[in-house]
Formats: sequence, C-alpha cells, structure tokens
Amino acid sequence: MAVQPLSFVGRDLVSMRDFNREELIAFLDEAEHFEGYEEPILKGRILGTLFFEPSTRTHLSFSSAMQRLGGTDLGFADAKVSSTAKGESLADTIRVVENYCDLILIRHWMEGAARLAAESTEIPVINAGDGTNQHPTQTLLDLYTMRKRRGRLDNLKIAFIGDLKYSRTVHSLIETLTHFDNELFLVSPSSLRIPPAFIEELDDRGTVYTEDEEFFSIASDVDVIYTTRIQQERFPDPVEYEKVKNAYRIDRAAIERIGGDLTLMHPLPRLNEISTDLDGYPGSAYFDQARNGVTVRKAVLSLLLGAHRA
Amino acid sequence: MPDHQTTEPSIKVSALREGTVIDHLVKGTALKVLSVLGIKFDGAVTIGLNLESGKFPLKDIIKIERREVTPEEVSKIALISPSATFSIIREFQVVEKFTPTLPKMIEGLIRCPNPSCITSDERVRTKFVVLRSDPLRILCHYCERPQRKEEIELL
Repeated sequence: MAVQPLSFVGRDLVSMRDFNREELIAFLDEAEHFEGYEEPILKGRILGTLFFEPSTRTHLSFSSAMQRLGGTDLGFADAKVSSTAKGESLADTIRVVENYCDLILIRHWMEGAARLAAESTEIPVINAGDGTNQHPTQTLLDLYTMRKRRGRLDNLKIAFIGDLKYSRTVHSLIETLTHFDNELFLVSPSSLRIPPAFIEELDDRGTVYTEDEEFFSIASDVDVIYTTRIQQERFPDPVEYEKVKNAYRIDRAAIERIGGDLTLMHPLPRLNEISTDLDGYPGSAYFDQARNGVTVRKAVLSLLLGAHRA
Repeated sequence: MPDHQTTEPSIKVSALREGTVIDHLVKGTALKVLSVLGIKFDGAVTIGLNLESGKFPLKDIIKIERREVTPEEVSKIALISPSATFSIIREFQVVEKFTPTLPKMIEGLIRCPNPSCITSDERVRTKFVVLRSDPLRILCHYCERPQRKEEIELL
C-alpha cells in the first residue's frame, strides 16, 4: 500500500483498536523516514501535555520528539496542579486547554479518559496511557522495533513472558498482532495468566497461541522474546512472589543455551528479568525500543498535525 | 383469534385487545424484563414462566394490556433475552411482529462495571460496542473492558 500520510491528519490516537493492518503498515513505513530527521516542520505548533498521572519517560520522549521537530510543549505533570483538583470535569478541562495548543497528549489513571477527551475537542488527542487500558505509542514503537529487527511482522514466533494478567503493554501488543499472522507463546505463572477475554479475542481472530508456565520448554525456536516486569504488589503473599520472581529471568547463559537468532524486548524499566550481561548481546532490543520511541512519536505528531517532511 | 393465541394453546388467558406480547423469552428472564418495563401499568399483565415451547426447552412469556414498548425498551430486552419476539396488538389483531436485532453500538442502556472506567466518574452516556451477538460479548467504548452477557448490568 502506498504511504498516505494525509490519511492520519486530524485523527486521534486513542486506541490500537482504531487502526487496521493497512493503516499500521502505512504508519510504520512513514515512521522510518523520521529516524534522525530533525527539520523544524512543527515550528509554531504547540503540544499540550496533560499528565494527570506522572510518567517521566513518556512525557520526556514526547517532549523530545516535539522539540526536535521545532515545536514546543506546555502542560502539567501532576493532577494536583490541574483544575480537576478543584473538581472540574475532564471534558471541561479539555475544552479549555484546546485553546492553548494544537494537539493534546493525555495520561490519566482512569480507563477511557483519553477517549472522552477526544470526544470533547476537535483537535487531535493522543493517549499516553489510560489506566490499565491502552498506551498506543508504546505498541507502535514495539511493532516498529520488532519489524526493524526481524524485517517483517508476519510468520514470527513470539514469546510473551512474565505478568500477562496486568500488563497493558502486553495486552495491547498481543491484540494488535492479531492483525498479522504469527504464532504466540504466552508464558506466565498461573496466577498471572492472560485474562480470558484476550484468549477469546485470539480465538475469534484465529491467532495461533500456546499457554505455558515453563519458558524453556518452548524457547528453542522462538524469534522474539518479549518480557515484562512481575510486580511484587500483585502478590498478596510475599512467598508466592519469591517463587516466581526469578522463574523467568533471562541471562546470557540462558540465551546461549536457547541458541539461534533471537530478538529480546522489554518495555523497561526492568528489575531482574533481563540480566545486564545481555546489554551488549546483538539480539537485545530493549534500549532500541526507547530510542525508537522518539522516532515513532515524531512520526505520530507530524502525521496527526499534517506536517509534511521537507 | 389472533395468531399469537392459536400458537400458544397452553396459555389460558383472554386475548388482548390492545397491547404487546413478548414471547420466546429465555426461561427465567420474564421478571427482569418486567423490571425494564416498569410496573406502572393501567392494564392487565400476564406472565407465563417455564412454559413448554417447540422452539426452546422452556420459555417465559409476558402479555401487557394497553401498553406498547419503546425502541429503547426493545433494545434492553434484547440484551436480556436475545431470542425474544414482540407482537404489537391492536383491536385483537397482530399489527406488527418482530425479533429485535442488536445495534452495533449500544448507547445509554448499560452500566460499565469497571470502577476505573471514566464513565463511573464523569457525566457521560455509556456506549458499548457489540463484538459478538451469540453468545453476546460487548466492549465498553471508553475503558475497552469486554463483558459477557451474564455480566451485563442495565442502567
């Protein structure tokens, strides 16, 4: 499909559910042109950053992307300083803030907040995370990194490891991968299995998947390993946490035992899921993901605002 | 005698002059359907529970005198019992008979059970996308939490 960046102009980026396969590919193709691209095509444009919940990394990454393309950003990083602390509704806050900027970036602890924000204004809204629901630019940068490393988004064997129950990142990526033809391995302790609703969705879409508690029994022929942090607060019983916290730890010895050409991904921050002795391993892509985050966000900002690459 | 009477000989009630017959309700749903319709009727209401039917193992039926259902009520009842059929009766004749179909988007009828959903905090009309009608599976337009039929809570 020919790249048609104009088709994204004025749209919101609220949920990966709003995009089909062709649009995803068109977006990733366009994003490639933003690697290292720093022309001031967003000069005079203002990004409003409404962080009702703190997020240093996403905030900095968007701010960097905006400024590298010549734009500016303004906003707040803490709900305590916003008018919602005085009881203002989210819809009213959005209707006021839309006068100050050309595009709104919102992170909120309530699920669906970004959708409501998008319905409350004519200017584009980007979801920077709404509770445990969606964080679409994270998914886009994951897809971008995966395609860059593997050269394709179909015919891959992809293992998801760790907390598959609560991880928004994993849910969104798995859902989006149903647009493509891959085999998924879902590896988690039984208490952190992927919720049944997602399994039903995989079944409905005809995605091939295997659920397992043991990683190394299925690891031999995977192309991509996507690990996530298992958070201690998910375990009421600390003994249970101790049992699983190192169960999926991956280090260089483990990777060498698996062998083959692997891509190792993690949304960061990591605790001990991936050993630091893998940081120089050629297949380690987790710091690439962070770098690609700026590239992907530059593309998102430019496409939604209709800015043309010079 | 109107059609809906002749096909249900086991229900010994007088024919309706004006009103609505809601037939083929899934067994056990009649009282819930009645609560959707409210109870301030002027006319007689006949409720049949666990009746034999050729179409289902057992079914419920409701006949309401001098009351026609609104499109919103039809949508709500379809959520409770997708198999329901509606017959509108005027002067003892069935003037309209239909089986409701679920819209692609259900608006303002269902509460999202997710306490972290923005609809539980802001004044906003709830919306649900129908993912699959049989068995029913819907998705909150805002928080994107899916629900099965048995989890649905009507507003």
